[in-house]
Amino acid sequence: MFASILAHIDPLNPFHHGFIIGFGQITMVGALLAIVAALTLFKKWKWLWRNWLTTLDPKKIGIMYLIVAAVMLLRGLADAGMMRLQQALSAGDPSFLTSDHFQQVFTAHGTIMIFFAAMGAIFALFNLLIPLQIGARDVAFPFLNAASFWLFAAGAGLINLSLLVGGEFAATGWLAYPPLSGIAYSPGVGVDYWIWSLQIAGAGSLLSGINFLVTIFKMRAPGMTFMKMPLFVWSSLGSLALIVFAFPILTATLGMLALDRSMGMHFFTSDFGGNPMMYINLIWAWGHPEVYILILPAFGIFSEVVATFSGKRLFGYKSMVWAIVAITVLSFLVWLHHFFTMGAGANVNAFFGIMTMIIAVPTGVKVFNWLFTMYRGRIRFTTPMLWFLGFVLTFTIGGVAGVLMSVPAIDFQVHNSLFLVAHFHTMIVGGVVFGAFAGFTYWFPKFTGWKLNETLGKWAFWCWLLGFLGAFVPLYILGLMGATRRLDHYDPSLGWQGLFIVAGLGLALIFAGVGFQILQLIVSYFQRKTNRATGDIWDGRTLEWSTSSPPAEYNFAHMPNASERDAFWEVKQGNIPATTETAYKPIRVPKNTPLAMFVAGAACTIGFAVIWKLWWLAILGLLGLITLLIIRFSDDDTERTISAAEVKKIEQARQQKQEEEHSWATS
Amino acid sequence: MGNLVGQTADQTTGQAAATTPLSSSSSKTIFGFWVYLMTDCVLFASLFATYAVLHGNTFGGPSGKDIFDMPFVLTETLMLLTSSFTAGLAVLAAQVQDKKTVIFCLAVTFLLGASFLGMELYEFHALVAEGNSWRTSGFLSAFFTLVGTHGMHIAAGLIWIGVLVGQILKKGLTKPVTRRLTLFSMFWHFLDIIWIFIFTIVYLMGVM
Amino acid sequence: MRKKVKLLPLILLAFAIVAAAGVVLLRGTNVAVLNPKGTIAQDQMDLIVFTSVLSLLIVVPVFALTIYISLKYRAGNKKAKYNPEWDHSRTAEAIWWIVPLALITVLAVATWVSTHKLDPYKPIASDKKPITVQVIALQWKWLFIYPEQNIATVNYVQFPEDTPVNFEITADAPMNSFWIPQLGGQVYAMAGMQTKLHLQASHIGEYRGTSANISGEGFAGMVFTAKATSESDFNTWVANSQKSDKKLTAAEYDALARPSEKNPPATYALSDKKIYDTTVMKYMTPGMTPESDAGHAAPGEHESTAQPTEAAPPTAPQGQDSPHDHNTHSHGEAH
Repeated sequence: MFASILAHIDPLNPFHHGFIIGFGQITMVGALLAIVAALTLFKKWKWLWRNWLTTLDPKKIGIMYLIVAAVMLLRGLADAGMMRLQQALSAGDPSFLTSDHFQQVFTAHGTIMIFFAAMGAIFALFNLLIPLQIGARDVAFPFLNAASFWLFAAGAGLINLSLLVGGEFAATGWLAYPPLSGIAYSPGVGVDYWIWSLQIAGAGSLLSGINFLVTIFKMRAPGMTFMKMPLFVWSSLGSLALIVFAFPILTATLGMLALDRSMGMHFFTSDFGGNPMMYINLIWAWGHPEVYILILPAFGIFSEVVATFSGKRLFGYKSMVWAIVAITVLSFLVWLHHFFTMGAGANVNAFFGIMTMIIAVPTGVKVFNWLFTMYRGRIRFTTPMLWFLGFVLTFTIGGVAGVLMSVPAIDFQVHNSLFLVAHFHTMIVGGVVFGAFAGFTYWFPKFTGWKLNETLGKWAFWCWLLGFLGAFVPLYILGLMGATRRLDHYDPSLGWQGLFIVAGLGLALIFAGVGFQILQLIVSYFQRKTNRATGDIWDGRTLEWSTSSPPAEYNFAHMPNASERDAFWEVKQGNIPATTETAYKPIRVPKNTPLAMFVAGAACTIGFAVIWKLWWLAILGLLGLITLLIIRFSDDDTERTISAAEVKKIEQARQQKQEEEHSWATS
Repeated sequence: MGNLVGQTADQTTGQAAATTPLSSSSSKTIFGFWVYLMTDCVLFASLFATYAVLHGNTFGGPSGKDIFDMPFVLTETLMLLTSSFTAGLAVLAAQVQDKKTVIFCLAVTFLLGASFLGMELYEFHALVAEGNSWRTSGFLSAFFTLVGTHGMHIAAGLIWIGVLVGQILKKGLTKPVTRRLTLFSMFWHFLDIIWIFIFTIVYLMGVM
Repeated sequence: MRKKVKLLPLILLAFAIVAAAGVVLLRGTNVAVLNPKGTIAQDQMDLIVFTSVLSLLIVVPVFALTIYISLKYRAGNKKAKYNPEWDHSRTAEAIWWIVPLALITVLAVATWVSTHKLDPYKPIASDKKPITVQVIALQWKWLFIYPEQNIATVNYVQFPEDTPVNFEITADAPMNSFWIPQLGGQVYAMAGMQTKLHLQASHIGEYRGTSANISGEGFAGMVFTAKATSESDFNTWVANSQKSDKKLTAAEYDALARPSEKNPPATYALSDKKIYDTTVMKYMTPGMTPESDAGHAAPGEHESTAQPTEAAPPTAPQGQDSPHDHNTHSHGEAH
C-alpha cells in the first residue's frame, strides 16, 4: 500500500512525468523548504503559531485568505502562461506540451482561478470588511470562520499536492463533465484530486456563507437597519444568499461523481441507466450562482470606491439594493444557458435565454448609478478609481458578448469557442479581479497601517488593462473564426497563429502588471515608516474608517452609532454622535485555538486517503475529525476578556499617535 | 430580522448588552443552525432531483415495486416518528430542568434511532446479497445514495445524542448544554421531515 | 486642457497601430461565423448583427457618459458643480430601468421567434428531398453513415448544395459537439442518445467542421471537412463510393471505434445498415454495453457487438428522439 504511494511521490523522481512537471515539483518543494528555513532562521515559529495559525480574528484570517489567494493566482497565471505559449507555438503539431499535459494545465488553471484565487479574494474581503462595516466586533461564529479558512487552505494544499504525489491532475476541463470524468475514461487519480480538493474547499465556503449571513442579520450596530447598511454589505448579502443555496448542490454533485468513480455507481455513466446530462444540469445549477457569488461583492467594492473618490453619496441607494436583489434572484433562473446546445428544445432554450438577458437590466442600472455618483462629484483618480474605470470598459464589452450569447441561436455558433472564453474572462477579470484589486488598493492601508505606492499602482493598472485587451480581444476574433476552446494544436493554414501570438504578448503585459504589483508591495513595505496611514486615509464614509489603521483586535472600543447611512461621514459632518456609550467596558474576544487548523488537517487526510483508496487512513481521519469537533463543541470556555483598563490604554495610545501624526502632517 | 445588538432578547446571560455579542447568544446560534438546515435541505433536494430523473432507469434490473417491502418500511417510519416525539419530550424536560427525564428521553430516542438505522442496514444488506446493489442501475445508485445519505445523518445524530448525554451527566443542564439540546432536536426533526419525503417519493410512489 | 490635447494624438496613434495589426493578422483568415455559406448560418449572422446593434444603443451612451463625466467632474476642475448630497432622481432611475427593459423586451421577442425558427431539430423547408446522414462521434474522429445511399465516410461529409441535410447524431465516446461554423450552429453528440441538426449549404465549397467539446486526449484533432458540391457531382461521388473496396462491417466499425488520432479521410461502402442504431442502443441495453464497470480506456476492445435482439426495449427510439425530455424532468425538480 505504502509502496504504491512511494512510487507516486514524484519529488523522489522528479522527471518521472517529464521535465515541466518535474520543474514545477522542484519549485514547490523548494519554496516550502525556503519558508521553513526562513521561519527557523528568524525564530518566527512562535509568532506564526500565536498570531496566525491559531487566531480566530477575522482581520487576520482575511489576510491569510489573501495570501493563499495571491499564491494561487500566481500559480493560475503560470498555467495561463503555459497555455498561451503552447497555442502561440502549436500551428501544426502540439509543441512543448503533450495534449494530455496541456489538458491538465487548463483544467488546473480554471479550477485554481475560480475556487482559490477568486473565492479566496472574496472571502478575504468578507472577513476584513463585513464586521467593521456593520459596526460589529467579530463574526457570528469565530471558530467556524477559522475552520472555513483552514478548509479552504486544505483544498488548495490538496490540489497542489496532486503535482507532488501522483504528478497528475484532471484533464477534463474545470467542471469535469462525465462521461469523460468517469472512471472509464479517466482511470487515474487526477479527477479524484479535483473532486476532493473542491469538496473540502466547498465545505469551507458553505460554512463561511452561513457564518457571514448570520453575522449580517444578527450583529449590526445599534441603529443600522437593512436600508442603512453600506452597499458592500448588501452586495455581500446577495453573494452569501447564493452561497448558501448553491454550494450544497456542488457538494451533492461532486459526491455523486465520486461514488460513480469509486463505488461503481451509475449516476452519470452513459450506460446502466446513468444520465450525464443530469450532472451538467446540477453542476451549472451551482455554477451559475457561483459566478454571481464572485461578481456581487466586486459590485459592492465599486460602490464604496466610487462614492468615496467622488466625494459624494452613492446615487440611487434603494435602486442599487433592488438591483442586487434582482440579480441574486435571477441568477437562479438562468443555468441552462451554459448548455443550450445539449438539445433541450426551443421552448426551454428560449425561456432560459430570455431570463438571461433580463439580468443585463439590473446590471446596467448599477453602472448608471455609479456614473451618476460621479456626476457633480469631485473625482480623484486614485488607483482604486482607475480599476473602476477599467472595469466599466471591459465589463461592458463582456456584457455585450453575454447578451449575444444569451440568444440560443447565436450561442449555437459561439458555444465552447474562444468567443465564450473571451466573454467569461472579460467578466471575471474585468469584473472580479479588477474589483478585487480596487478593494485591495483601497483597503490595504487600513489593515496594515501603511500606504501603497500610488505610482507603481498606476503602472500596474495600465499594464493589466492593456495586457488584458491584448490577451482577449484576439480571442473574441478567433472564436468567430471557429476556433474552439482547449485546443493544443491547430492547422497552420487557418492563419490563427498571429492572433495567438498577440494574445501571448498581452499576457506578457499582464505579467508585467503583476510584477509592478509585487514591486509595489516591496517598495511600500520599505517605505512604510514614512508612508504611515491614519485611520481615515481617503476621507471615507463608512464605519471601518473610524477605526485605527490597523484596527484594534476588538474593532470598536465603543459600539458605534449607526443610525444613518454612511454613518462615519455623518459623524464627521457633525450630524450624529460617534457613539452613545461613555465609559470603557470590558470586551470579550475569542481565545486562540489550533483546533480549526487540525479539523482541516483531518479533512485533508480523509480526502487524500480516499483518493489513494487507503480506507484505513480515511476512517482514522474521520474518527479524528469527529473527536476534534466533539472536543471543541464541549468546550464552554472559549473566550477571554480584555479589561476596561486595557481597552482604555489601547485607545489612549491610539489617540496619542493620531495627534502626533496630525501635528507631523500639519507642521 | 431587525435584531440588533443592544436589543437582543438574550439578557439572561447577565452580560451588559454593550459588550460583544458572543457564541453564548442563543438566538444567533439557533438562527445559524436554521440556515445550516436549509443548506442541508438543498443538498437533499439535489439528491431528490437526481432520484426523480433516474428512478425509471432500471436497466433491466428491479424497480421499486420489486424490492420495496412496505410493512418493513412502515415500521421503520413509525420508529423514527416516535423518536422525534421523544426528542421533543427531552427538550420539554430540559426546560423544567428535569435532568433524569431528559436523559431517559434521549436514551429512548437513541434506541429508536439505532433501530431505524439497523433496519435500514438490514434492508441494504438484503438487496446487495440478492444482487441488487448500487452497481446495478442508475435507479439503484440514486436509491442507495438518497436513503444512505439520510442514514448517515441519522448516524451523526446518534453520536450527537451520546455526546449530549455525556455533557448532561458531567456538567448538568447548563445554558450551553440546553442550547445544544435544542439544536439537536431541530436536527432530529429535520431528518424526520426528510424521511417523510423519502417515504412518500421513494417508497410509496415507487410501489404504486 | 493641455493634457487633453497631448492625449489625443496618442489615442489616434494607438488606433492606427491596432487597425494596422488587425489588417495584418486577419489577412488570409476566414472569420467563419461572419462568413456564412449556409441558410442557418446566414440567419444566425443576421441575428448577431441585430443583437449587436441593439446593444450598442446602451453601450455607446455608457462609454460617452463615462468619458464626459470623468473629464468634467475631476477634482481639478473647480468650475464644475459639486453636489455632494444629491443622491437620487426619479426621472433618471425611470429612464435607466425602463429603456433597457424595453430594449430587452424587443430582444426577447426576437429570441423567442429565432429560437424556434433556428431550432436544430426543425427540418428545413425545401422542395428537394433531404439527405439523411447519421453521425457517430468516435475517439477521435467522425464517422458519417448514409443509410439511404449505403455508404459511409470518416472525417469528411459530402452533400449537394441547396439541399437540406438531416443529421442524426450520437457518440461512441465521451460527450462531443458537432459543429460546421459556416453552415450553422452546433449540437452535442452523446452516447446512448440521439440529437439532430438540420443544415443546408447555399454555396458550393469545402467547409471546416470540428468537435466543440473536449472528449479526451485527441480532441483537438477531431477536425473534418464538409463538402457542398453540385447535385451531379454528388451523385457521381455516391456511385463511386458504393464501389469502394473498403466495406464498413460491424467488425470494421469496432476496429474504427478504437482510440486513434489523425485518421485520414476514408470512404466505405456500407455493409451493415444497423451500425448506427446498434451504437445508440447498446448503451441502453443490458448485455450490450461497453461494460464500463470493468473500467476501460479503449471502448473498442470488447467483443464486437451482436445484432440487437428483439428483446431490446421498444421505448428506446422515443428516448433517443427527445433527449430534452430528460432536461424537462430535472427542471421540474427545481432547486
